[in-house]
Amino acid sequence: MILEVKHLRVEFPTRHGTLVAVDDASFCIAPGEVLGVVGESGAGKSLTGMSIIRLLEPPGRIAAGEVRLQGERIDNLPHEKLRRIRGRRIGVIFQDPLTSLNPLYTIGQQLEETIVTHLEMGKAGARRRALQLLAEVGIPAPEARYDSYPHHFSGGMRQRVVIALAIAAEPSLIIADEPTSALDVSIQAQIIALLKRLAQSRGTAVMLITHDMGVIAETAQRVAVMYAGRIVEIGPVRDVIHAPRHPYTVGLMGSIPKIVFSSKTRLVQIDGAMPRLNAIPPGCAFNPRCPRRFERCLAERPELMPAGTSRAACWLHEPAHA
Amino acid sequence: MSLLTLDAVSRDFDVSRPWLNRVLEGEPRRSLRAVDGVSFEVTSGETLALVGESGCGKSTVARLIVGLYAPTAGRVVFRGRRMQMVFQDPYASLNPRWRVRDIVCEPLRALKLQGGTDTRERLARLLIQVGLSPEDGDKYPHEFSGGQRQRISIARALAGEPDLLICDEPTSALDVSVQAQILNLMSELQERLGLTYLFISHNLAVVSQVAERVGVMYLGRLVEIADAAQLFARPRHPYTRMLLDAVPDLDMTGKPRTPVAGEVPNPLAPPAGCAFHPRCPHANDRCRTERPALIDAVACHAVAERRI
Repeated sequence: MILEVKHLRVEFPTRHGTLVAVDDASFCIAPGEVLGVVGESGAGKSLTGMSIIRLLEPPGRIAAGEVRLQGERIDNLPHEKLRRIRGRRIGVIFQDPLTSLNPLYTIGQQLEETIVTHLEMGKAGARRRALQLLAEVGIPAPEARYDSYPHHFSGGMRQRVVIALAIAAEPSLIIADEPTSALDVSIQAQIIALLKRLAQSRGTAVMLITHDMGVIAETAQRVAVMYAGRIVEIGPVRDVIHAPRHPYTVGLMGSIPKIVFSSKTRLVQIDGAMPRLNAIPPGCAFNPRCPRRFERCLAERPELMPAGTSRAACWLHEPAHA
Repeated sequence: MSLLTLDAVSRDFDVSRPWLNRVLEGEPRRSLRAVDGVSFEVTSGETLALVGESGCGKSTVARLIVGLYAPTAGRVVFRGRRMQMVFQDPYASLNPRWRVRDIVCEPLRALKLQGGTDTRERLARLLIQVGLSPEDGDKYPHEFSGGQRQRISIARALAGEPDLLICDEPTSALDVSVQAQILNLMSELQERLGLTYLFISHNLAVVSQVAERVGVMYLGRLVEIADAAQLFARPRHPYTRMLLDAVPDLDMTGKPRTPVAGEVPNPLAPPAGCAFHPRCPHANDRCRTERPALIDAVACHAVAERRI
């Protein structure tokens, strides 16, 4: 396993008590595997990703659990050591390519800086490698674009540069946080294909965080569905999409618009909204919206339990219930 | 009977550099044609969707129709009584200092539809209609989630009793389960109130769920317009085909995907001939020089010549 996360808990202490933004999240990613993490805004999917590299905004903190990268614990490392892991062994791709590139430096300079920082390489070598990377992520005529500034590039091209930066030091794990959400659909398809190819050819583990189930269906092998800070279902993508086990996943899948050839259909909708972090109900967090709740759901919080080929945090799948 | 007609509507924007730069550096004025000769009709009671990627001019069309911009050329003819607009971002389109009742009733005041006692009743009816409760009128926008705010925007749009609603990406800022709620609400309202929608979106799946007819725009031009069922089952313009191919395949049928090459060209220097020809697998010399007109609802030489 490249990444193992066990019982991760992220808290935000506030004046009105402690908010638990990520609660007891456990998952792992194998080499060359793409794990999708899906959920609606506020579900805690980005926080889970950012807490792995400890890029949490204070006062947010990891309150419990452990994170292992290739077997080695990294959640308790001092900052200086963690800094050497970020970029070197874990690459990150953020949603907005405009804010992750420095507007004052050419893309060549930014790539060279990353390469020289993480790899033992001279200036000439770094330039050669930077050009190679640009070609690999599909920037046409890299020589000619080397001295361009980020604003010379379109959104899709910028995101390619960000990906080149993320893979510059050959990391074993890439955390991609909504890498395609700011892009048009035709460009999105190009970036998905690129990410997939890179993961396969380099054996990189990818944690793909997105709200878009379509992107996950195309890219990931396994998917974790998050709701109100918890993983409610995790399993092979195909099974989670076609035979969701958690009632929330069922509702989520039904509410995704699909291309239909007879016009005007009614979408399945989940009534209500995800609870705020300061008002998570007791028992299962989904129970107020759940069409299949029973007494136990109101009182006891379900852990992930086997459900078909997946695992779901739902009392419906408890052997005693079935 | 068409409720709304656009007749060869164009809109240019002046994107020249400041006067001093032009004088000192001898640069000419430059203009950007955001919408280029777009014609279509919207029939009463239907939903027409406009789709396209960012920068294709679909939002400019919306703003031309409601009169936020004046057309540079062409005509917009509206035969209805009133139209209203629902905007994309429910965080930016509601005044944070106003209570919901003031926001929703603003059209009543602005249009001098009524005053006095039954405003309260009307407000209650409007809020119930969009799935909120009458007590929500006393709250401020920040007390609501994104989906609820979009409901407030819809209530405000309905306050003026419009017959045409222009919806510019009404659900793209929302989570998918909330999007489903809003889309369902919009079709219920359409049935109940006999509304006509012009629905603008970049999301083809959303469009296929709500629209009866769909227009596809590329670089300021309308390239194809057809019944939704027909457009999604048998897209004709190569750009429409490309867009449909790029939609992520949720069913994972493993259908072969045509890799989509290239990006939308710079609208300041649009390509000669058909604007799509640099990315089109069927382009020939004619496509590179001669601009295709919208013939039989599709603007493509290859389709007209029956090459594809």
